[in-house]
Amino acid sequence: MITVEGLGKRFGSVQVLQDISAVFHKGKVNQIIGRSGSGKSVLAKCMVGLHRPEQGRVLYEGESFHDMGLEEKRAVRQRIGMLFQGSALFDSQNVIENVMFPLRMFGTMSRSEMEDRAHICLKRVNIVDKDRLFPAELSGGMQKRVGIARAIAMEPQYLFCDEPNSGLDPQTSIVIDDLIREITEEFGTTTIVITHDMNSVMETGEHIIFIHKGRKWWEGDRDKLLRSDNQELNEFVFAGSLMRAVKRSLKEEG
Amino acid sequence: MSTLFHIGQYFMLLRDVFSRPERLSLYWRRTLEEMDLLGVKSLGIVALLSAFMGAVITIQTKTNIDSPLIQAWVVGFATRQSTILEFSPTVISLILAGKVGSNIAAEIGSMRVKEQIDALDIMGVNSAGYLILPKIVATVLMNPFLVMISMFLGIFGGWLAGVQTGIVVSDDFIMGIQLGFKPFHVVYALLKTVVFAFIITTISAYHGYFTRGGTREVGISSTRAVVYSDVVILLANVVLTQLLLL
Repeated sequence: MITVEGLGKRFGSVQVLQDISAVFHKGKVNQIIGRSGSGKSVLAKCMVGLHRPEQGRVLYEGESFHDMGLEEKRAVRQRIGMLFQGSALFDSQNVIENVMFPLRMFGTMSRSEMEDRAHICLKRVNIVDKDRLFPAELSGGMQKRVGIARAIAMEPQYLFCDEPNSGLDPQTSIVIDDLIREITEEFGTTTIVITHDMNSVMETGEHIIFIHKGRKWWEGDRDKLLRSDNQELNEFVFAGSLMRAVKRSLKEEG
Repeated sequence: MSTLFHIGQYFMLLRDVFSRPERLSLYWRRTLEEMDLLGVKSLGIVALLSAFMGAVITIQTKTNIDSPLIQAWVVGFATRQSTILEFSPTVISLILAGKVGSNIAAEIGSMRVKEQIDALDIMGVNSAGYLILPKIVATVLMNPFLVMISMFLGIFGGWLAGVQTGIVVSDDFIMGIQLGFKPFHVVYALLKTVVFAFIITTISAYHGYFTRGGTREVGISSTRAVVYSDVVILLANVVLTQLLLL
């Protein structure tokens, strides 16, 4: 479980995040949604320690991350898996080396054990016979899947996904959403997905936090999201014609 | 204020670079790769430049001191001194700042904008140490070899040009090379090379590591890396020459 208490972050004179508090539950896909520039990625980066917040704190299983020493922080980070918007695979390493990287850096396995573990992770994301390919030789969807394989290689307790569907076609997006949901259930991870893709929210969102103007504006689940009367949330959620159609049919059903 | 900020940030980066590596075997493997990329693959340009520069030094020296009062061996002597004291350690380092420095800044800068450095940090890897330390070790070990090769080829190029064009007799040139040779001059040149290698790698890595933005900023970082490395090399050259030769 990850707890955020009164988090605030500013860049120069711009207050990007203000007084954000939330609890992200274990074994659930927790989604942070909001418009571009609302501060959701900054919130995630504060949570994983890439940014240091000016106010508030982030607690991993009750332990304040920003008050930890360097070694303790590294130990927590080794339990975090992260899928980046652009996959962030290492260009100079092929698929198998990318997935094996955290194992080689921190694991105690032999080379063959590491390869076996990497193959299990790759098979889990439906990537087979692509070991020797380099990231530049893979499609966007495949890169994302290899990114997920690398993120789960160390069996993380916490999985962060930053815009996992950006740049992907709708079908591949569903594949990635399904993978994230299945992995969360299988590994019991505390999963946090940053997204503005409403399809993804409808597919996987069990616990949703809406960030608006750097503040937590709304919190709930999928059903509450569709029936909320929060104006800013409705403007965001029902901006697309498909979601407006969903809204209309919900009204008709009463 | 901005200069002080960058100097402070540079030394804080160095502190991270020299903190304890997570897995020595991985660092060592990366060091060998960097020795090949930054050292062995620079051999061609170093050899070419050294041979031609040695030839030019010989021809220019001869044309500028063509007097019956000056002994014939002076051309070989001047070529040796210029090559060992200044051309090979300093000019070759300036050229390597362009080749190796821009490579380092562009590679690390690209990794920054593609979030690969963030990925390393989130995994709990000391990204500064993992990316920069092997490059420092590689250049500090390899550049002295490159400079020694440059010294040899510079003097050889001078001899070849002098003899082939007929402006100097081979025996006179070889006598000039041997006359009053001080082994300490080679030590001085190699010491300078090690310091310059450290400057090139760390300043270029600094500019790459703190790149913000996109591909345009990677290009800007790469250019800055070369310019600042060159300026600091020239300053360090004056300081080291004062300290070691005066």
